[in-house]
Amino acid sequence: MSFLDILRTAFFALRGNWMRSALTSLGVIIGIAAVIVMVSIGQGTQAEIDKMVSGLGSQRLDIGSAGGMGAGGARMAQGSRWSLSEGDVEAIRAEVPSVQYVAGSLRGGTQVVFAENNASTQWQGVQADWFAINDWQVAKGQGFDAGDYGGGAKPVILGETVRKALFGDDEDGIGQTVRLGRVPFTVVGVLGSKGQGGFGQDQDDIVVVPLEAARRRLSSAQGMPPGAVQSIAVGVDDPRNLASAQAEIEGLLRQRHKIEPGADDDFAVRNISQIVATRTATTNLMSKLLGAVAGICLIIGGIGIMNIMLVSVTERIKEIGLRMAVGAGPRDVRRQFLAEAMLISLIGGVIGIGIGVVGALLVGKFGNLPVELNARVVLLAAAFSISTGLFFGYYPARKASLLDPIEALRAQ
Amino acid sequence: MVATDAVPVILTHGLGKVYSAGTEAEVVALRGVDMRIDRGEFVAIMGPSGSGKSTLMNLIGCLDTPTSGSYECDGVDVATLDAEALAALRRDKIGFVFQGFHLLPRMNATDNVAMPMGYAQIPPAERRRRAVAALEAVGLGARAAHFPNELSGGQQQRVAIARALVNQPPILLADEPTGALDSKTGEEILALFKRLRDDGHTVILITHDAHVAAHADRTYVMRDGELHEQAAAEAA
Repeated sequence: MSFLDILRTAFFALRGNWMRSALTSLGVIIGIAAVIVMVSIGQGTQAEIDKMVSGLGSQRLDIGSAGGMGAGGARMAQGSRWSLSEGDVEAIRAEVPSVQYVAGSLRGGTQVVFAENNASTQWQGVQADWFAINDWQVAKGQGFDAGDYGGGAKPVILGETVRKALFGDDEDGIGQTVRLGRVPFTVVGVLGSKGQGGFGQDQDDIVVVPLEAARRRLSSAQGMPPGAVQSIAVGVDDPRNLASAQAEIEGLLRQRHKIEPGADDDFAVRNISQIVATRTATTNLMSKLLGAVAGICLIIGGIGIMNIMLVSVTERIKEIGLRMAVGAGPRDVRRQFLAEAMLISLIGGVIGIGIGVVGALLVGKFGNLPVELNARVVLLAAAFSISTGLFFGYYPARKASLLDPIEALRAQ
Repeated sequence: MVATDAVPVILTHGLGKVYSAGTEAEVVALRGVDMRIDRGEFVAIMGPSGSGKSTLMNLIGCLDTPTSGSYECDGVDVATLDAEALAALRRDKIGFVFQGFHLLPRMNATDNVAMPMGYAQIPPAERRRRAVAALEAVGLGARAAHFPNELSGGQQQRVAIARALVNQPPILLADEPTGALDSKTGEEILALFKRLRDDGHTVILITHDAHVAAHADRTYVMRDGELHEQAAAEAA
């Protein structure tokens, strides 16, 4: 029999018992829907991680004061809150050869005002390499020039969200004077939009000023030693050098900060993979859970298919006998019943894919999890559904094909 | 009708069938059956139940293989064939007609008749054409779209005969084809067989009923697993 014949015959056989067929495919429907949701979450997470570690992400180290970062219990002396300095920045630049970029920064919150518009946002006081390390482009206007970092000038580069809040859709605001808190700054550029970050925050809700200007005009911290920075971002030339660079920097800073062997560091170096790892662990757990649900549903669905196919073989034993008498070989009979099992699971798969896609979109919208749907997910689910039918349909089909035509014809 | 072909459609030598050989339940269903049926003959095989005629029918219908002796079906020795090859042989050589019709209830008459052609790799359009032609040949052209439950017993048996004919097999094997029909309808079916014989088909009729067997040109009688050719005078 041709492929089309087999399919047609299977279709009519299933239609004859459509209610039964529909109920049988329910297990597959749920299983495949779970597969879709699981895989799309997995892919979404992966894509997000890729995004995070792309650019300089996997080449990046972040150094903070141990107290400020809260690492290692956060019971540090008050003074260690300002343990990092521009001296450290220059030392790292000079003494760790694999370091390509290094920039100290300060940050804080402020109110930005232009005319009657204002916005509450974060400011970052940065050194020149900060833009490269964070993969920020200045989309309009220009960045800071060397003179801007001197401390006398008060230039500011706006994030897209802030620009929009202050100047609306049409104006770029370059050359305008805005106030950060009470201090007037001149807008010299607008950052290219980055959109939502890996934790759902708006990355464009930011204003950037030179480090020295921030220290003098914006930072309100008391007792800040001269040259102090809150954190240091480091860009390494090659991801493979990340670990060694981290070790060298730790050694260098211990030496500079005169930390005795065995004493706790007053700084902490983090790399992005540690941040990613936490997040991956959470989504992995979710994925495994859904994977288990999908697996169990597919097994139960498959057993349902096997069960109903065995019933079908028994019910239609006379038909099998007749078909064999008129020339159907064991292979034909086997194919026919396999086709029915696969059709049940394929139809279940198609419905499951529909439900799964909707489910994945809902999870993405309300579940606060990254979701990525694409043809690969759908193909994978379809492959799963067909293999379920194939695997669980084989035994009944084989049983049918091994029937003795004489016995089958005589059966009541 | 005189045989037109040198090769007989059915030729057996010492055909034997033993069930459960070597056990206490051993049954010798068939012993030493020699039979020759030529193309275009209308032959009845008669015998009471338990005489072995069902076993003989299964063997010459290529549903089963013998335990001894040889059987050539239209020139093909069946003894060595596996299940696939036997199926192919049935498809090409044998048209079955059963007492219980064995129509598939989900399909209309045309689809029922066309069903065997699916296994013969005949294209769908051609199948349909030949199925309708076969239905017309048994006088059911007007019922082509009816489902089995919309047809009388005689009509259902005609559909079954059309199905048996549709792959143009050399042998038409009918197992008690009138057993489920009233005598008038039965006569009509037997008349149809005679007409098919006249058209060149070989018809083998398995029956326990001497009146039915009497319609055939030649009658074999099974008794206790042995086959005897009945004299023409005895049949009359």
